[in-house]
Amino acid sequence: MAAAAPAILVRDLRKSYGTFEAVRGIDFEVAPGEVFGLLGPNGAGKTSTVEILEGYRRRDGGIVSVLGHDPERRPRDLRRRIGIVLQSTGMYRHITVREALAHWARFYPHPRDVDEVLALAGLDEKADALARTLSGGQMRRMDFGLALVGDPELIFLDEPTTGFDPAARRAAWDVVRSLQELGKTVLLTTHYLDEAQALCDRVAIIKEGRIVAEGPPAELGASSSRYTVAWRSAETGAMESRETEDPTALLHQLTSAALARGDRLTDLSVTRPSLEDVYLELTAEPTPAGAAPAEETADV
Amino acid sequence: MPESLTLAWHQYRLERRMFWRNPSAAFFNFLLPLLFLALFGAIFSGNQDDLNVLIPGIAGMSIMATTFSSLVMNLTFLREQGVLKRMRGTPLPEGSYLLGVFGNAVANAMIQLALVIVAGKVLFGTGWPKEWAELAVYTAAGVICLAALGVAWSHVVPNYDSAAAYNNIVFLPVIFISGVFYDVDNAPQFLRDIAQVLPLTHIIDGLSGALVSGRSLADNASGLAVVGIWAALGLFFAVRGFRWDARRD
Repeated sequence: MAAAAPAILVRDLRKSYGTFEAVRGIDFEVAPGEVFGLLGPNGAGKTSTVEILEGYRRRDGGIVSVLGHDPERRPRDLRRRIGIVLQSTGMYRHITVREALAHWARFYPHPRDVDEVLALAGLDEKADALARTLSGGQMRRMDFGLALVGDPELIFLDEPTTGFDPAARRAAWDVVRSLQELGKTVLLTTHYLDEAQALCDRVAIIKEGRIVAEGPPAELGASSSRYTVAWRSAETGAMESRETEDPTALLHQLTSAALARGDRLTDLSVTRPSLEDVYLELTAEPTPAGAAPAEETADV
Repeated sequence: MPESLTLAWHQYRLERRMFWRNPSAAFFNFLLPLLFLALFGAIFSGNQDDLNVLIPGIAGMSIMATTFSSLVMNLTFLREQGVLKRMRGTPLPEGSYLLGVFGNAVANAMIQLALVIVAGKVLFGTGWPKEWAELAVYTAAGVICLAALGVAWSHVVPNYDSAAAYNNIVFLPVIFISGVFYDVDNAPQFLRDIAQVLPLTHIIDGLSGALVSGRSLADNASGLAVVGIWAALGLFFAVRGFRWDARRD
């Protein structure tokens, strides 16, 4: 396939509030059909970035293109092609779920069928319930439904599962996966690692307004050159571990020592850092320039 | 019909449905001016001059309550709830949204006004309106002016908890000074001077001409000019300062 134009293109994006620099030069691209995650702790600049892409905020510098448009100009064509799930979930209190979806559907040129959206969002049983009677999880499903009813190409999800119980989170994940299957492009922000790992094709880890790492979740950890070798010490019986760039020599040393003793090398593992290790290392406070290796504990 | 007007119409329909879906609130909304009419009507009973001041006064108050006050309260609530922000993320044109919301306030003002006029005819002997053209002009001017000022004032309200206080600090003094309950001409000079600057005084004056005295529209052009100036100011600040986002602190 020829390189399609990116759904989202961000170059050197900057945003300040007063003297506080929330976004300090961010670059990334999201391809059509991709699920891209902005991962980072609270206050890292995720929401500022997303709200600039959604057209809610003006940037102070840089280039932004969303589906070929500059969102700052708020073109109607762009708003017809995107769906937004905000962090907050406010709604008219006395509207039913079905009425809300039907009303929102009128805003768009080619809306999806309301019943289909009810099913997709898992709200069939709540179709005639008033918004004020919905639980937090159900409100969130309605947010998804309202963002999907216009059949958008690109969907923004700003911390879609924050404050959810585990079952509600899984349900929300299923909705995101079905969006992926429909070929939609998704940009989501989260501070949950497992969420990024479960849903995203690619992740950018963002800290203090900068992207500190980017790539597919599985490779983010693997791209690190460090290996952790762990084993049970024959002398003390306790677990020992060591980090190394190249485990070949260490393994040779360990195995030959064990062979020489006529002993078994128990509980041996060779691991590369998980996304979680990378994330914790990168977002740890404060940031030394060379990012000191974090204490690794052997995970058996 | 252009698409933006169709969307405004749908927004209006939704706002109406939301209004009636809270029937007890709707009931008390419409009851309050009638209650005032009944109470002051009892106090002034037998004095037709006082009743002739009261009916247009309550009519003016009704317009202000259904436009200014309800917009201050509703917009602050919707903004704080995030509904406005959510709306702004859709292709619904901002103008269509505001037109729908405005239409909702106007519909309530019309219902209220009709109730007051019928009560005046049936219970207080003011008869049917005498100058329909003047009634239409002052109602339209009053509704536009006070709705715009309500939208503008809602920008100042920091959060929903304070919305009632922000509304009352304007609404209550204005209805007293503008002569809802008494004839402005009997007030002390300084209050009369203030009243002459306020739009509601002139709206009530115009309604009085239409409902009671039958004075023609041309006799009261300066009053209409004052309402027009307030309407222009209100529209300017309503559009200029519109915030879709709740203030974050």
